[in-house]
Amino acid sequence: MTAPALVSLRAVGKTFPSGLVALADYDLDVREGETLTLLGPSGCGKSTVLRLVCGLASPTAGAIDWRAPQIKNNIGVVFQDATLLPWASVFDNVFLPLRLNRLSREAASPRVDEALAQVGLLNFSRALPRELSGGMRMRCAIARALVTRPALIMMDEPFAALDEVTRFKLNDDLLALKRRFGATIVFVTHSVFEAAYLSTRIVVMSRRAGRIIDEIEIDPAIPRDDDYRASKTFADVCRRASQALRVSIAEATP
Amino acid sequence: MRKKRRTIQWRDIGVPLAVFFAALALWEALVRWKNIPPYILPAPSVVLDKLIEDRELLFSSLLVTLGVTFEALVVATVCGVALALLIAQSKWLERALLPFAIVLQVTPIIAIAPLLLVYMQPDNAVLVCAFLVAFFPILSNTSLGLASVDFGLRDLFDLYHASPWQKLIYLRLPSALPQFLTGLRIGGGLALIGAIVAELAAGASGQGTGLAYRIVEAGFRLDIPRMFAALALISLSGLAIYGALAALSYVLLRGWHESARAQDE
Repeated sequence: MTAPALVSLRAVGKTFPSGLVALADYDLDVREGETLTLLGPSGCGKSTVLRLVCGLASPTAGAIDWRAPQIKNNIGVVFQDATLLPWASVFDNVFLPLRLNRLSREAASPRVDEALAQVGLLNFSRALPRELSGGMRMRCAIARALVTRPALIMMDEPFAALDEVTRFKLNDDLLALKRRFGATIVFVTHSVFEAAYLSTRIVVMSRRAGRIIDEIEIDPAIPRDDDYRASKTFADVCRRASQALRVSIAEATP
Repeated sequence: MRKKRRTIQWRDIGVPLAVFFAALALWEALVRWKNIPPYILPAPSVVLDKLIEDRELLFSSLLVTLGVTFEALVVATVCGVALALLIAQSKWLERALLPFAIVLQVTPIIAIAPLLLVYMQPDNAVLVCAFLVAFFPILSNTSLGLASVDFGLRDLFDLYHASPWQKLIYLRLPSALPQFLTGLRIGGGLALIGAIVAELAAGASGQGTGLAYRIVEAGFRLDIPRMFAALALISLSGLAIYGALAALSYVLLRGWHESARAQDE
């Protein structure tokens, strides 16, 4: 049985003032509890979908329907860059969403410490972002997204700039966090392997205004570990996603 | 690592000091060798003697000049930051106010000073001159900083529904700090120059008590060593102001901003 939609995009369009059509007539349901990956080449509108759902941009056509308004007001976001305040400590960066929600430092402290502990940064709470590695900065950004305990977490190519080893480690950490919190995750990437490993559903998008080329469901019950990476299921998902991606790129080529 | 840092600091201070003392020694030797009279070119030792001899007069004048410089810098900082904040809030205010700030900046202060002396008491005229030259760099740099906030961080604050006040306190002001401090460093030096220029204008009309006035007064009396002594105090004051503001920048930006980081490495 399919889980109910947390948020639904109905015939959504986004045209920029320059006339560039990023999305046209786009439909998508984000189902409760899933890890949905938007996969596609650069410029296909993946990040636009994410920005529209987050409320950082407004659609020029169509509608975005939320199952409950409180979900819309508490979304965790992890951007492509860690986007940390360079002058603030790790603690203060994670504290930021709660501070903006007018929570005192004393009241917020246990939640901040909990979020830092979950990403393994509790011992670095006083460090400044520049003292951290790229992977640790991204962990800090994930802790910041988790600290408000959101029902929906949006991640825009968060591990794209990291090396393979760090990326694998963070993929596993993200899955562990997901198991603990059960939050719905929308993940944007152009890596087929990352999509196949993390997702319970992959939506492959075309470069032509975000048309959906393929939708791949992956059994959420399958444990995500090294065995899965070596399995036939994983290979099949990668093959199917790659084929869809090839179609997507071919569509965009004049 | 610590040892390397110490070596770099020693080089930074030691090399210019060595060059400075070598130039002084050369100057002293040249004056003595050519037997140049002090009313044409005094030797550094004569200037130093004059500095010690006239210390009460010169240092009280120095305090007057530094007092004006400091007051002007404080007023320029308050007004510059306040106007930059206003400009950052509204394009209309920017269009309305910025041209006047630019007019004040591009009009030479030496041309404004005599006019101000006509309409104001000399002390106030000197203060206004120093303020006018220090104000613009602080305004323009702070405005630039307030407008240069990282787009990702802006999105983050929008996402968490930050109020305009929260954006100002937690994002825009800290983001603008490096540019503000650059403006403050430039403004500090310019405030001293503005004060000196206005004092020179005031001195020419027989009014004033600052160091520049002492230069004018010594010039009338052909007391060239005292002119050099006053000039040396002005230069040292300029260096001290720059050094103090550079140290303030380093303390506030240490650990997170590239400019302070470059000094560390």
